Amino acid sequence: MKRTPVIEMKGISKRFPGVIANDKISFRVYPGEIHALLGENGAGKSTLMSILAGLYRPDNGIIKVQGRAVKLDSPRKALEAGIGMIYQHFRLVDNFTVAENIVLGAPKSPSKINREQMETETRRVSQSYGLTINPGARVHQLSLGEQQRVEIIKMLYRGCEVLIMDEPTTVLTPGEVKELFEILRAMSRQGKSIVLITHKLNEVMEIADYVTVLRRGRVVGEDRIENLDEGRLTRMMVAREVAYSQVKRDKSVGQVVLSVDRLKVQGDLGYLAVKQASFDLRQGEIMAIAGVAGNGQKELVEALVGIRSSVSGTVEYQGEEINHLNVRERISLGINMVPEDRIGTGLVPNLSIIDNSILRNYYKEEFFTGFFLNYKKVRRYTEGIVDKYNVYFSDLKHPVNYLSGGNLQKLLLGREIEQKPRVLLASYPVRGLDVAAAEDIYGLLLKERDKGTAILLVLEDLEDIFRIADRVAVMYQGSISGILEVNKTSIDEIGSLMVGAQLTGVENG
Amino acid sequence: MAKIKLIRREKESPLARVLVPVTSVLMAFAVGWIILALAGHNPVLVYQKLYNGALGSSYAVSETMVKAIPLMVAGLAVSLAFKMKLWNIGAEGQIYMGALAASWIALNLGQSSGPWLVIPLMMIAAFAAGACWGLVPGVLKAYWQVNETIITLMLNYVAISWVDYLVFGPWKDPNSMGFPLTPIFAPAAQLPTWGDSRVHLGLILAMVIAIIFYLSIQYTRWGYEVRVMGESSAAARYAGMNVTKNIMLVMLISGGIAGIAGMIEVSGITHRLQQGISPGYGYTAIIVAWLARLNPLAIIMVAFLFGALLVGGFAVQIVGVSFSITQVLQGTVLFFLLAGEIFINYKVVLAHKEVL
Repeated sequence: MKRTPVIEMKGISKRFPGVIANDKISFRVYPGEIHALLGENGAGKSTLMSILAGLYRPDNGIIKVQGRAVKLDSPRKALEAGIGMIYQHFRLVDNFTVAENIVLGAPKSPSKINREQMETETRRVSQSYGLTINPGARVHQLSLGEQQRVEIIKMLYRGCEVLIMDEPTTVLTPGEVKELFEILRAMSRQGKSIVLITHKLNEVMEIADYVTVLRRGRVVGEDRIENLDEGRLTRMMVAREVAYSQVKRDKSVGQVVLSVDRLKVQGDLGYLAVKQASFDLRQGEIMAIAGVAGNGQKELVEALVGIRSSVSGTVEYQGEEINHLNVRERISLGINMVPEDRIGTGLVPNLSIIDNSILRNYYKEEFFTGFFLNYKKVRRYTEGIVDKYNVYFSDLKHPVNYLSGGNLQKLLLGREIEQKPRVLLASYPVRGLDVAAAEDIYGLLLKERDKGTAILLVLEDLEDIFRIADRVAVMYQGSISGILEVNKTSIDEIGSLMVGAQLTGVENG
Repeated sequence: MAKIKLIRREKESPLARVLVPVTSVLMAFAVGWIILALAGHNPVLVYQKLYNGALGSSYAVSETMVKAIPLMVAGLAVSLAFKMKLWNIGAEGQIYMGALAASWIALNLGQSSGPWLVIPLMMIAAFAAGACWGLVPGVLKAYWQVNETIITLMLNYVAISWVDYLVFGPWKDPNSMGFPLTPIFAPAAQLPTWGDSRVHLGLILAMVIAIIFYLSIQYTRWGYEVRVMGESSAAARYAGMNVTKNIMLVMLISGGIAGIAGMIEVSGITHRLQQGISPGYGYTAIIVAWLARLNPLAIIMVAFLFGALLVGGFAVQIVGVSFSITQVLQGTVLFFLLAGEIFINYKVVLAHKEVL
């Protein structure tokens, strides 16, 4: 006899302006199962789970809980159906005690509040799952691992049968990760189901019973964990079908423009995000940086353009050290960049297309008449960009917010190219774009390469790397674990470097 | 079953921009009608008094204007800081400091020099004093991420205490019969007025500041930087802008402009420094700035509306409406204006229940 899944999602689609976040996804969770939902950033994991948690409403598709179709149009409805989600940023009241956080606000919590009763309730729930916590402690006194435990108990107290956890281990120390996994196993033994949103393969292998892999909004693979290994998962995550169609090149690679030597860069949380990065970037080549997101790529690129300062090591531009130069001085040398965060960093959401088109060179004389910005000149400049790069818009004076993803990226990349870069860096340039827009973006990058620009792309999709890049540097835990010629390597080799294998070949940089 | 749904407008509608606030004010008066009737007043009579008191005669208009001027200047001051998402709640203290510094010039140079020297000097001193009051939280914010809301708010009490100390002590007029006031300023330190009304040169000054503000935000390099930084500091850093420096500069200018509001109040209206020189203009200015959506030209209009509500409120008290009822009326207008905001960005549609 077949078991009934506790959750069944069928044909779920969700569109955001310019992006299909979920495309006819089907997803099933059985009682007592630890189910890993795996995929790169932007693959649609969080959207799918936010639909399940009642935060978003799907455009199409049905959701069944214990075999009955339900409409989850608010987080409360989802909670009533037994589905709870724990976000990366905990939703706890810092100044309240553990017991208050757990009991207050629950649908069944009594209208009269009794401190002792709350603490007894908390103890009852936590002990039945072997969770140790002091119900009287205030939340701000707890470590992040303990706060997470409070979130878990809170969900159990509210009667959750299915617990969704978004990247639960990112805030934890290795010891806390172990404890968390013990807790999850205990819950699973008592019949609770757990969905883990993650992109960490080793954790998936350790804890999960079943894996569903998403890529570009679709399910690209699912299986029981016994039938999988890290290599196969990597391939599912980053490359469904690899087309070895290298783009033909007209020119050979030129001289070294940018030379990076033993660069160390600090991350936002104070640890070294880039531990060891050395490479040369030459005129007329595209070098890709591959790696699972969060392995130091972002910090490396920011250090190269001057947004983030480096701890040690050197960056040389045409033989001269540029470590001390600020963003603007690097722009004037011809170092341009398309950041990962298009709207918010690369473009200013509430400013017009006109204003955004001069974000990186607004101080130039050519836009001014005397003391004042001459909007006639700026408008002409903007019109030049939108015409040349086929940006579709309704009014140049409207905020860029109203543009679709593809048009935003064309405006952003076009703006950077118009400044005639010698070095162009771009992070995830086609993430979330539809096929046609992605083609446009890659076409522009290849044209730049043929003009002799040195291009560094942070990419996560191996298929794309094989299509467009000449060389690939793989980053793992802040270090470049290998630099390879694209036509002399394989998906398997890159894939294993991405999860920490050492390069055995000769070309180790 | 039909239900009501709010849908975000694709783009801002200029018609809604005008119609929504007008409708809001009308609805506020409709609700005010009920409140007045319940309180046992004749709404027609009260509204008539309100109108007459605020706008019904040239005297009424000029009194409304007198109340509106400091709100305009202080509203412009805080909206500059708000543009950069710096929450300057300290306009009140900056007004007091500006008034203090201007009075110091007036009391020391007013007798011996002409207005062409004294008035500009008062303005410069007021700007400098207000600017200091803005710069302190600005520096703390720029270098150590200290919350500017709290610092600006606390500095208000410091400024008010300084003024109290001076008007009760060293600067007190010997002929004031114990009242906390300085001697009256010499004519050279008084702003010229319009005919025999109390409307003074500050009105022109407010408009000049509004125009300079508008031009520099829209059309200068620095204004462009402020607009970018206010929206996203990540984008500003990516564009190579110096965010730290600009936090301090904007707080300095914002405080300086608020200081000028203090100067025009002592130089144009009271002609002396006295206790309670600002009855909360610095706080009301925050509401004015938000209702005008930080648009400098709209601030002039909204400040006028607030001036009218204040002056009209005094007028209806004469016919026996209690002060609290006039405050309820003012609150109702505010409530509807703020609630109406949503209809500028969203439109209402009737949605039919989706069929699966």
